[in-house]
Amino acid sequence: MADLYTVNKSPFEKNSLEDVIRFSGEGASILFIEDGVYGAMAGTAVSDLVANATGRKFYVLGPDLKARGIAEDRLIDGVELVDYAGFVDLVVENDKVQAWL
Amino acid sequence: MKLAVQVNEGPYQHEASDSAYHFTKAALEKGHEVFRVFFYHDGVLNGTRLTTPPQDDRNIVERWVALAEKYDLDLVLCVAAAQRRGIVDEGEAERNGKDATNIAPKFRISGLGQLIEAAIQSDRLVVFGD
Repeated sequence: MADLYTVNKSPFEKNSLEDVIRFSGEGASILFIEDGVYGAMAGTAVSDLVANATGRKFYVLGPDLKARGIAEDRLIDGVELVDYAGFVDLVVENDKVQAWL
Repeated sequence: MKLAVQVNEGPYQHEASDSAYHFTKAALEKGHEVFRVFFYHDGVLNGTRLTTPPQDDRNIVERWVALAEKYDLDLVLCVAAAQRRGIVDEGEAERNGKDATNIAPKFRISGLGQLIEAAIQSDRLVVFGD
């Protein structure tokens, strides 16, 4: 079974996105919340990190994306949009939840 | 499923209190049990009833209280973190010789053991903070 990691800081503020991609195992799920949602945007200096990470699934919290005025069509391909109920489902589906603060 | 939530950040700071609240609410609405919400570090500032945000802003403290009343949530403030930040209930006021209390209804002050117990008793622990 797999682990869920939450990333809540912008990749332009902290290295947590880079770290979580490096340290998470195959099959991990990574959820972008709060300022972390900037990591889910296509066409940025760090979007290749996400696009090239194999064996991991990426999710982004829709309300936090909307709060920052980021349209869904600006997401990196393959990043799945979830709401808070979807966040709860991810917590239930995975064995452990680690906040990558 | 039984969930526990930990909040490490004060309200109106960044977004952790909001995220934790919306996550907890969504979990309860989906029928999951939330064993406890534990407020640690600046997170204890979620539990003062003296908070008075502008009228057109969300009242984070009252929102927790309302959720706790609806679902009988256990909202626990870390005692050492609360003492440092001046969050006081009647017991703490008496013990430390303070002239007032400010803890919000439905919140209680207790030890770090409550966090450990919540982690042991629950299937998942979800942490929000900086």
